[in-house]
Amino acid sequence: MTWVNTILQGLLLGGIFAMAAGGLSLMFGVMRIANLAHGDLMILGGYAAAVSTLHLGVPVPLTVLVSMAVLGGLGYLLQRTLLDRAMALSELAPMMVTFGIAVMIPNALAEVFSNDAQPLNIGALGTASIELGGGLAIGWFPLLTVVAAVLVLTGLHLFLHRTQIGRITRATADDPEVVRLMGVDNLKIYALTTVISLVTVALAGTLYAMRQGGVTPYEGQLTVLFAFETVVIGGLGSLWGTLAGGLVLGVAQSAGAQISPDLPLLAGHVVFLLVLVFRPQGLFGRSVLA
Amino acid sequence: MTGLELHAVDAGYGDFQALFAISLHVAEGELLALVGANGAGKSTLLRIIAGSLRPFRGSIRFDGADIADLSDIRRARAGIGLVPEGRRLFPSLTVEENLRVGAGTGRKGRWDLKGVYEVLPLLAERRDRRAARLSGGEQQAVAIGRALMGNPRLLLLDEVSLGLAPVVVDQLYAALPDIRTSGTTVVLVEQDLSRTFAVADRLCCLLEGRIALSGLASALTRAQVTEAYFGTASVSAPEVTS
Ligand SMILES: Nc1ncnc2c1ncn2[C@@H]1O[C@H](COP(=O)(O)OP(=O)(O)OP(=O)(O)O)[C@@H](O)[C@H]1O
Ligand SMILES: [Mg+2]
Repeated sequence: MTWVNTILQGLLLGGIFAMAAGGLSLMFGVMRIANLAHGDLMILGGYAAAVSTLHLGVPVPLTVLVSMAVLGGLGYLLQRTLLDRAMALSELAPMMVTFGIAVMIPNALAEVFSNDAQPLNIGALGTASIELGGGLAIGWFPLLTVVAAVLVLTGLHLFLHRTQIGRITRATADDPEVVRLMGVDNLKIYALTTVISLVTVALAGTLYAMRQGGVTPYEGQLTVLFAFETVVIGGLGSLWGTLAGGLVLGVAQSAGAQISPDLPLLAGHVVFLLVLVFRPQGLFGRSVLA
Repeated sequence: MTGLELHAVDAGYGDFQALFAISLHVAEGELLALVGANGAGKSTLLRIIAGSLRPFRGSIRFDGADIADLSDIRRARAGIGLVPEGRRLFPSLTVEENLRVGAGTGRKGRWDLKGVYEVLPLLAERRDRRAARLSGGEQQAVAIGRALMGNPRLLLLDEVSLGLAPVVVDQLYAALPDIRTSGTTVVLVEQDLSRTFAVADRLCCLLEGRIALSGLASALTRAQVTEAYFGTASVSAPEVTS
């Protein structure tokens, strides 16, 4: 029974990974930018939520919206001021820019808020759970997280495939010079892509902070790793793969924890390496954007 | 003056000059065929008109307005549609999705999905197939349909027939009269001289970046064009104007 529970908990943990990975996958798919700052931006999203309730008195459930708005705005500025220019320079330049941002964010957070955790308490929701009988229980909050992840990834999929602007986004990923001949400004599409990516990572970061009860500055270094592992396990360019990748990574980590408290990270990395060795295109890998 | 008018356009890539003092005029609704050997500058000229390449100097007017400073994006919205050399479809999108993206110009007019499927019937059966998995002729049809979806008033076609079987080219050219009934001006690049003479109102022959011969198709002979094409014509070759 404990193993069933472990897998269940792992699936629920995977929801956060999947959500974080969705935005990472989107930016890479559309602009070929490997955003090394994705984890730190996620943590920044957690800070935006925590700080807004702590210092501005925003009700906890609404902090999600504050965080999404702040990171969305930041995403727009980031793309327009830095990434657009970096993309015009060389293929590697955008990644270097995101690396710089990845270094700056945690240091700035530590400088302003110290290394102490910024609490983000969701009260009773954090412990409430549904008893499934036989010792099985699903926490309400992890369940919410998975539902949110499924909604985010489904929403992204529908956006990319069912809307005109989504089709244009995929066309831009294929050939940014040619969409201009159709009257489409590829730079606007890039800005939209980064905004969407950062809005979703803000959601992931806020839920992550709620799950942990708070955030500390340097956690992005691990979360970015989880996000990349999720994308690779699921297969680049497939949003369903991303969901599966998150769930697999979540189960691996929670199974590792079941064996020994030292093991969760290692177990996750081992699964990641196994996938790389035996199925390098990932579980659902395709060569093109979903 | 309506239509398209270029005056003394010099253009090229970096230090390399590919076009020299190009001046030409295409009236609204006319069809101008560009001919010339490989590397003569035909595609460069179309890129200059579509705005994906900026000229070194010279003026470009479209329907009386100076468009030299408009970006390629704005020119597309103003009604200049380019079917680029090599088709350049969006390979991961389906046929229909490629067509829909073509409507990104936001221009209303005669062309929508239904209209495009009517004049390019081979696309209708392939609408859900990814562009990467089409034959060359089908790809070219998508490229033309995609440009039509933008409802251009000036359509630029770069070597539509390149690498295609004659019967397929016939199918594509069969769409031309339909395209022109709505008053669309057409500039096309075509290597096949008989085809050129069959469709063109006006003809312009490029030789090493310069206009070697231009005039009404009805006033030119194949011999004259062939001479201009290979640069064997005397410098004082009859410059026929309308
Ligand atoms: N992107 C580019 N960069 C540098 N030079 C270029 C570029 N594209 C074309 N050229 C050069 O400009 C000149 C004109 O090329 P262009 O493609 O316009 O010729 P074309 O008449 O279309 O030839 P083709 O019949 O082979 O398509 C050639 O000398 C070519 O080498
Ligand atoms: Mg050419």
